Amino acid sequence: MIVRPHQGHPLWLAFMLHRISGVALALFLPAHFYVLALALNEPERLEGFFRWADQPLVKIAEFGLVFLLAIHIFGGLRLLALEFLPWSARQKTLAAAAVAFSVFVSTTFLLRAI
Amino acid sequence: MPDAAASLSVSVWRGGPEAGAFRSFDVPALKNQTVLDVVAWIQRNAEPTLSYRFACRVGMCGSCAMMVNGQPRWTCRTHVRKVAEDGRLEIAPLRNLPVIKDLAVDMDPFFDKWVKAEGVFHSSTDRAADIAPVRPSTPARVAADAGIECINCAVCYAACDSVAANPDYLGPAALNRAWTLLNDAKDSGRVAILDAVSRPGGCTSCHSQGSCERFCPNELSPLTSIAGLKREAAWRFLRKES
Repeated sequence: MIVRPHQGHPLWLAFMLHRISGVALALFLPAHFYVLALALNEPERLEGFFRWADQPLVKIAEFGLVFLLAIHIFGGLRLLALEFLPWSARQKTLAAAAVAFSVFVSTTFLLRAI
Repeated sequence: MPDAAASLSVSVWRGGPEAGAFRSFDVPALKNQTVLDVVAWIQRNAEPTLSYRFACRVGMCGSCAMMVNGQPRWTCRTHVRKVAEDGRLEIAPLRNLPVIKDLAVDMDPFFDKWVKAEGVFHSSTDRAADIAPVRPSTPARVAADAGIECINCAVCYAACDSVAANPDYLGPAALNRAWTLLNDAKDSGRVAILDAVSRPGGCTSCHSQGSCERFCPNELSPLTSIAGLKREAAWRFLRKES
């Protein structure tokens, strides 16, 4: 992705992060539902998946997934506040806070996982 | 006086609506020099047929906006030393508007959208009526005052990726104008304005990227105005107001 000169400022980056995390989560969901369905149909394969998911690289990938989920939630809350609550001029601060909360949540997840 | 050793390498867009290309010029670098000065130097000394638009040269008329190194700016109020990268400048016509020739764009689509957004005054009285008292301290007047210094330069329109992606989107300037009228106690077009900005291409087409606010040379915030319109339009829908 090439960020052009009129882009790249904090609120544009917040927009792009929200877009990318949304698309990535949409792509992840079918895989998520497939694994959940294994619990009903093929419990042995689900056990095998859990053992595979214990690998460090998969844990790091899960950290990324939790970050995407958190940034989409907090970024979405910022947009809802922007569009429905009385106006706040501190949109850059709120976008930065969404990133900070997401880093906190996903790092906490990683520390508990390892 | 020119610094004898210094010159600027300036790429300027030349061409009409169908085709064009950047052409390079060496322009003497001065200590104090605006981008508009550079364009004028090229037109007077190197390329007499170069077309561009300007009038006041002091940031009041809003006619000299161009893309300077990829960013929309008033060229008359942009000092070369603040934007030149290693002595290089790239000057192009405003983004998101059709090019007429060289650096002059057709502003018609931009102004047509002001009308489409009901960015026109809706009078409810005639000239015989008394002057309506307007208290400057009311929240609505404060909201309107925050947006009325727009001079229609289209910098926000050129900065907006939502306009680039959706040609029907009314754009930040038109919606900002609609918001100021919605908050004007003397304007009686509330229903017409909210109808206009609630249609496809209206305020809901804004993705809140904030480039309008980032680049507005008058430091206005169309982002704030559009958020206000979204709020009013949403509440109107939820309350089932006519």
